[in-house]
Order: sequence, then structure tokens, then C-alpha cells
Amino acid sequence: MRALGSGDIIYIIMAVRWTLLLSLVAFLGGAIGGALVALARTSEFKGVRIVSAGYIKLFQGTPLLMQLFLAFFVPGLFGWSVDPWTAAALGLSLHASAFLGEIWRGAIEVVPRGQWEAATSLGLRYWPKMVLVIAPQAIRIAIPPTIGFLVQLIKGTSLASIIGFVELTRAAQIINNATFRPFTIFALVALIYYVICRPLSAYSKRMEQKLLVAAR
Amino acid sequence: MPATAPPAADHALGDTIIEMRHVDKFYGDFHVLRDIDLSVARGERIVICGPSGSGKSTLIRCLNQLEEHQKGEIVIDGTAVHARLKGIEDIRREIGMVFQSFNLFPHLTALENCMLAPMKVRGIPKAEAEATARKILERVHIPEQAHKYPIQLSGGQQQRVAIARSLCMNPKIMLFDEPTSALDPEMVSEVLDVMVELAESGMTMLCVTHEMGFARKVADRVIFMDAGEIVEVAPPERFFTAPQNERTRKFLGQILHAQTQAH
Repeated sequence: MRALGSGDIIYIIMAVRWTLLLSLVAFLGGAIGGALVALARTSEFKGVRIVSAGYIKLFQGTPLLMQLFLAFFVPGLFGWSVDPWTAAALGLSLHASAFLGEIWRGAIEVVPRGQWEAATSLGLRYWPKMVLVIAPQAIRIAIPPTIGFLVQLIKGTSLASIIGFVELTRAAQIINNATFRPFTIFALVALIYYVICRPLSAYSKRMEQKLLVAAR
Repeated sequence: MPATAPPAADHALGDTIIEMRHVDKFYGDFHVLRDIDLSVARGERIVICGPSGSGKSTLIRCLNQLEEHQKGEIVIDGTAVHARLKGIEDIRREIGMVFQSFNLFPHLTALENCMLAPMKVRGIPKAEAEATARKILERVHIPEQAHKYPIQLSGGQQQRVAIARSLCMNPKIMLFDEPTSALDPEMVSEVLDVMVELAESGMTMLCVTHEMGFARKVADRVIFMDAGEIVEVAPPERFFTAPQNERTRKFLGQILHAQTQAH
């Protein structure tokens, strides 16, 4: 055991960049996947709706930690060994796809039926109708819950520490193992998460109130 | 209401543009449309009335296949239509539709509402689409509202933008689904005026409405529907003065009574 030095604190703080990068990658992956899931959930084809609903149920019904374990170990069964970074990015992206897909499905379905009918009666096909008429209205509705989920996702990246990816939480564990100052170290880590997440939550809340006012 | 549309008999009708033969539609077990036969000539103006739930909205929504029919045939300008028909969009863009609840796109200005479909469906260049949109907004008497969003407009103005939006596609047929039912009474006439002017221009129109004054002045034929059937079809003269069917008489009695009381 050794004393906790300023170098250790800096090491922990610098690990934030991996937390942020992992969050960003997972969010982008989840956004692409989530858009596909949302479109599939609102598809006119029943088979597509059922498969996408199953995907959502699977990821909403299992712990994120199990999803990360599977993302880490399953590719190995097929001879593709993944490093912790890839496994974490993949697992979190699939996880985010399910949750964002469900949030965005709800937002698409809140757009009144009359909007679909007006666009359809003007002769717009599926994609222009979706992109030009439905999505702009759905996105406004979706922003607050999407940011809310982003906060969950950022906190969720801490689980990537368990498959050995060195982000904020893992860095803190490493330093704690050497110095054994758990209270100081983990309080610091919690504070860092709070500083990242709190403004996002506040922003989400503000957007939500703005929408409520606009809806009146 | 300025009634300037020529009386029914005065304007020439063209060939058949809409043909419905033995059309049936069900919502599950509920038989919404029963054996509908209807033929509409190019340039003809038809008013459809009937109690709520009689299938009148469903009938016109089948024409552009917002609703699918299960039996029978619907032919629009020579093409038999079905919702799964490849190229159904090409039929739809020739049929304008005005809804009870306007259904303007809230994230676009009045002008943009009118430009969207011409640009994205017909591929018309922006400058041309804008010029047409401005001209048609003028035709519905609201050129000064072009840059406002729907939420900033009154109900009557919104409905006129909705009519303009459909007209910008230069449709062959216009469908109106209770266009004045959601309006405050003082705004009904500004929308009806636009519809009368549209009728004068020779547009083929099918209007679901209970505005009997409008029917009397503009319609070539008035259709009365009840329980999914076409009960009576007649020129407005005869429809209002000598309805043949007992159900028509009863309905007219109720609605004329209500409208007299309101005025």
C-alpha cells in the first residue's frame, strides 16, 4: 500500500475521457440502431414489428451487465476475440438501440394520425413522409426522454469496468487497490459522474417544460 | 354566402372520372359500406350527407385509399385502385383532400405547407412551387398569412391554407371531409366561399357536409347515406323539396330544424 498522490487523482480524472468517449460511441451506435428499431416497430409489416418488439423485450428484460458479458464472451465462440473496448461499445450500442428505439417509437406514434393522412393524401411516399412530416414533429417530443436516457447510458458505462475496460470507475478501482482510500476515491468518482449528468438532466427537464407550455 | 356558382344544370359535365361498383367495406364485423354504386362525372359537384356513422366519410376516404375496401371495384380516372396497388401514390396526388381537423403540418409555415408536396412529389423547382403557392394562397384570400405557422392562424384561415395545400398539387378531384364542422360559426362562410369559388372553376368535388345552403347552391347531386348505404341520390331541387325516402325526410327534418334554430 502507498499514499494517495496528486498523480493518482489526475489519473482518475483523465480516465473521464474514456467514459465520455464510450458514452458517445454507444449513443451514436444506439441512435442508428434505435432509429431502425423505431421504424421497424411502426412498420406496416407485422413480421418486422414482431421481431423488433422481441429485440426490445430481450434488452429491456435483462441486466446491462449480462449484455456486456455476452458482448465480451459470445464473439469469442465464433473465433472473433474482442477487446474490452469493442465489447463495451458493442454491448452498450445494442442496449441503447433497444431503449432509444422504444422511446422513438412512442414519439412517432404520438404524432396525430391526421398528419399521416394529410401527407399520404398528398401523394408522399414512405420516406419523404417520415423524414419531412413525421420525424420533425416526433423529434421535438423525443428530445427530453432521449437526453434522460443518455444520462442512464453515461452512468451505465461504469459497468464496462467489470469486463476490464479502463474508464472512470475502473481507473478508480485500480487506484483504490493500490492506496486503499475508498471513501475519498469513490466520492470523487461519484462527484465526477454527477457533474457530467446533472446538467443534462436539468436540460432535459427544461425542454420538457417548454414542450408542455407549447402544447397548451 | 355569395351564391355565384352556376346552377347545376348550367355547366357541362365530362366523362366519368370516378366509378364505384358494388363496394363493400368492413371494420371487423361492422359493415361500414354496403354495396356502394356511384359514378361521378368530370366537373361534377356532389354533396354527401347523412347521420354520423352512416359511412359518408369512409366512402370518400376509400377513393384515395386512406381506407381499404374489401369488395367491389373503385376506378379513378381509368385506374382500378387498391391500397397495395403499386403506384397508388400517383393516384393519390391527383386527388386533393381537405379534413375536418385541417391537419396542416405544424412545423411548416402556410407557404411551406403548400410547397412541400409539389416539390417532393411532383419534383417542381422551389421557385416555381413558391410562385404557385403564393398565387393559390391569394386565391383563398390569405396571401398575407404566407409566413405564419398554423398555430398562429384562426380555424378558418387554417382550413383555407389546407385547401390551398391541396390545390397546389393541381388535383383532378377534390374531396372535402366535413370541412366546416370544426370551425366556429363565424368562420364557416369564409371557407364555404372558397369552396363555392372552387366549384365555379369546374373542379370535380365530393363534399361530406351538413351545410345545406352550400348543397343547394353548388351541388349537381346530393347523396343521402344511412347505415352504410346510399339511400337517395337526387339533384338538390328535388332532394330538398321532394325527398323520396322516408329516412331522407326524417334526416332533413332534423337537420333543417337544427340549422333554422341556429340561425
